[in-house]
Amino acid sequence: MSNNLLKKLTVGIFAAAVCAVGTMTGNAAQVQPRSGGELVFPVPSEPPSYDGHKEETFGLIHPIAPHYNGLLRFEPTDPTGTKPAGDLAESWTISKDGLVYTFKLHKGVKFHDGSEMTAKDVKASYDHIIFPPAGVFSTRKGQYEVVEAVDAVDPYTVRFRLKWATVSFLASLASPWNFIYKADILAKDPHWYETNIMGTGPFVFVEHVKGSHWVGKKNPNYWVKGKPYLDGYRALFIRSSSAQVAAVRGERAHIQFRGFTPADRDTLKAALGDKITVQESSWDCVLLVAPNQKKKPFDDKRVRRALTLALDRYEGSKALSKIAIVKEVAGVQVPGTPYATPPAELEKLAGYWKDSNASRAEARKLLKEAGVEKLTFTFTNRGVPMPYEPLAVWMIDQWRQVGATVKQEVVEAAAYYATLRKGEFDVAMDFQCGYTVEPDLDLYKFTSRSRNPSNYGFYEDKVLDDLYQKQSRATSVEERKKLVRQFEKRLLDEEAHYLMTLQWHRTIPHSSKLHGWQITPSHYLNNQLDTVWLSQ
Amino acid sequence: MWQFILKRFLLMIPTLFGVAAVIFLLLRIIPGDVVEAKYMSGEGQGQSAVVIAAERAKLGLDKPVWHQFGIWVWGLLHLDLGVSMWTGAPITEEIELRFALSLQVALMATVFATLLALPLGVIAALKQDTWVDYAVRVFSIAGLAMPSFWLGILMILFFLILFQWVPPMVYTPFWVDPWQNMLQLIWPALAVGYRYSAVATRMTRSSMLEVLREDYIRTAHAKGLWLKLILVRHALKNAMLPVITVIGLEFAFLLGGLVVTEQVFNLNGLGLLFVQAIARRDYTLTQSLVLLVASAFIFVNFVMDVMYAWIDPRIRY
Repeated sequence: MSNNLLKKLTVGIFAAAVCAVGTMTGNAAQVQPRSGGELVFPVPSEPPSYDGHKEETFGLIHPIAPHYNGLLRFEPTDPTGTKPAGDLAESWTISKDGLVYTFKLHKGVKFHDGSEMTAKDVKASYDHIIFPPAGVFSTRKGQYEVVEAVDAVDPYTVRFRLKWATVSFLASLASPWNFIYKADILAKDPHWYETNIMGTGPFVFVEHVKGSHWVGKKNPNYWVKGKPYLDGYRALFIRSSSAQVAAVRGERAHIQFRGFTPADRDTLKAALGDKITVQESSWDCVLLVAPNQKKKPFDDKRVRRALTLALDRYEGSKALSKIAIVKEVAGVQVPGTPYATPPAELEKLAGYWKDSNASRAEARKLLKEAGVEKLTFTFTNRGVPMPYEPLAVWMIDQWRQVGATVKQEVVEAAAYYATLRKGEFDVAMDFQCGYTVEPDLDLYKFTSRSRNPSNYGFYEDKVLDDLYQKQSRATSVEERKKLVRQFEKRLLDEEAHYLMTLQWHRTIPHSSKLHGWQITPSHYLNNQLDTVWLSQ
Repeated sequence: MWQFILKRFLLMIPTLFGVAAVIFLLLRIIPGDVVEAKYMSGEGQGQSAVVIAAERAKLGLDKPVWHQFGIWVWGLLHLDLGVSMWTGAPITEEIELRFALSLQVALMATVFATLLALPLGVIAALKQDTWVDYAVRVFSIAGLAMPSFWLGILMILFFLILFQWVPPMVYTPFWVDPWQNMLQLIWPALAVGYRYSAVATRMTRSSMLEVLREDYIRTAHAKGLWLKLILVRHALKNAMLPVITVIGLEFAFLLGGLVVTEQVFNLNGLGLLFVQAIARRDYTLTQSLVLLVASAFIFVNFVMDVMYAWIDPRIRY
C-alpha cells in the first residue's frame, strides 16, 4: 500500500515536473526572439548629412545608427541609459591613475564591404572626432578635451591616453554618435562619410530617398551570431505629428522613437487597445530660462531668485503633463539617474519649496528690495510649439502672480539662437538635451560665458567653473555627488543664473508586436536595432 | 501669331531675372543663416566662432553678396543650380523626385477640377435660379469655404475610424506601381481638386451667364442654330477665357503651394521642401525653388496668353 502510494506520489511529482518544464519551455518559446519582418518607423526629422561625427540631430541617429557600431554603447536593457557596455570593445582596463584606458576589440568584425575592422579603424574614427583634419567639422571635439592621444597598440587593442583622470570617460566613449568608420576611407577622403555609409553594424544600407524614406536590410555577416533579428527596417521621414500618429494608428508604422504627446498616446491607446504598448520615461531634455545678466535688473540675483521662486513647479507639473511633453520636477540631473537630486534636497532650493505661498511672498519681497516691485520685461521664446508654447504661457502666468508684467516675443526657430547670441533679450527660453545623463555633459552649459559660448545668461562665475572642474575630475562617485549638489545649489538657488522649467517626459506608444526595445531618458539611444524583433 | 509668341517668350527672361534678384536679396535680409540653423541650435551651441566662420567660408557665405549673386547667376546660365547648403546634395537631385510628385498631384487635381467644373458651371448657367443652379452653387461655395487640408484631415480620419487604414506613406512612381501610386495620390488630388473645381465652377457659371446675354448669341438663336452648336461653338468658347486663366493660375499654384495638404498626407512634394528650405535658411535651394515656381507661373501665363490669342484673334493685334 505504502509502495503504491510512493509510486503514485513519484509519478505525480514526475508528471508535475514534466508539466512545469513544459510550461517553462512554452514561456521560453514565447519570449524567444523571432527572426524576420521589417520594422517601420516614422522619423520627424531628416539627416542633413550621413556623418554622425558632424551632425547633431536625432534625424541622423534614428535611420543611420543601425549601420554602425561604436567602441562602447550604453547597455540596451538599462532604463536609465547610463551604463556603458562593450560594443566593438570586448573588454577594457583602466590604469590605476585613471589616465590610460585600454580596450580589447572583438575579432572577426567585418565592415559591410567584407574588410576586417581593426584597432586602426577605431583610432582613425576617434582622431576624426577629436583631432579633425583642417576643413573637417567635428561637433564633439570639445567633449574630448581630456584626450591626449589615441593609439592602435596592435590590431585588436586600442589605447586612450588622458590628460587628467575623469570618471565620465567611458560614458563619453559610449556616445551614440561615435560611429566607427573605416580608416582607409577616412585617409583618402575625410568627407566621404558625409554622403556614404560603410559600417560594421547589424544592417546594411539599401536606399535613401530624400524627403521620403531610408531603408536598411539585415547584415548577413554580422559579427554577433544570431543577430539582428529583423530582416530590415524602413524609416519614413514624416514631419507632421498628426501624420506620424496616423501612421502608427493605421498600422503602417510600428513605433516612433522620439516621443508622442500625452494626447497622442491616449488617442492611440483608445483606438488600438492591446495592440499598443506604452513605454514612458523621464527625458534628458529640459527647457531653461536664461535671464540676461548684461541687462538690468537681471544682473541682480534677487531679481533672478524672485523669478524662480515665482514658479510653482509641482502644480505646474500636474497641469502641464496632461497637455505637453513635460512632467518631472528636477534639478540639474534627470530623476532616477545616479547623480539626480534627492527630493528632500531639491525641496530646499529656491523655486522648489513645497509651500508656494511662502515662495511667492519671498519673491515679492526680493523684487521690492531690488526696487522693481512692478517688474516689466519681455520673455523671448522660440517659435516651436511643443513644449515651448505651453511652458511660456504657464511661466508668464506664474510671474504675473508676483507682480511682474511679461510680454512674450516669439522668434522663428532658425533665427532664435542668433538673437540669443547677440544678447538681444531680457529673459529667454533656452534648451538642453543630451544622449546620456552625465554631469560633465549636462553641467558644462552653465559654466562661465568666457569658456562656454552657449551660456546665454552672459555671466562669469569662477566658483561655478571651479566646481565643474572638481566634479569632472572627482574619482569617487560619492565625492562627485557632493560636488554636483554644490554646483546645483549655486546655479539654481544662490545665484539663480538659470531657471529650470520641468523635465521633459518621453512617451512611446508602440505596436505590441515590437519587442526587445527599452525606452531610456534619451531619444539618441537604443537605435542600433540589433536587439529588436517583431512577434508577427 | 509667331511674332506674338516670340515677343511673349522674350518677355519671360527679364521677369525671371527680376525674380532671381529679388529672392536672392530677400533671403539675405532675413535673420539667421544655414550655419546658424544647422550647428547653433542643438548640441553645437558651444561651437567656437572660428569653427562657425570656417563652415560659412566653405559655403561661400563669407563672400560679398554681389559676389555670391554673380556665382549663382553664372551657374544658372550654365544650367547649374548648385548644391543644397543643408544637405550638400545637387539641387536637381533634391527637386527631381518632389517635382514628379507635385506635378502629378497638380495634374490629377486639374483634370478632376476641370471635368467637374465645366459641366457644372454650364448647367448652372443654363438652369439659372432653378434648383439645379442652387445645388451647384451650394456645392461650389462649400468647396470654396473648406480648406483642402481640412478636407484631407477629414478623409484620413474617415479612413482611420471606419477602416483602420491610411493611404501609403511612401511615394511610388506611377510607372513602378500604378495601383500604389493612385492609392496614395488620389486622395490629396480629390481634396485639392474639390476647392479648385469650386473656383472654376463659379467662374464658368458667371462667364457663361455673361456670354449667354450677348447679342451674337441672341442672333445665333434667331438664325435658328442648334442649341448645342450655340453653346459649344459660340458661348463656351468665348466664356472659356477667364476660366482658362483661373485653371492655369491654380495649376501653377498647386506646384509649390500645397504645404499643409502635403503635411496631412505626408507627401514628399515641393511645398514641404519649400518650407523646410526657408526654415533651414538653405539659400541655394530656396532660390532654386522660387525660380522653379516663378518659371511655372510665367510659363503658364505664357501658354494662357497664346491660348487667348488663339481663341480671340483680337488679342494678337
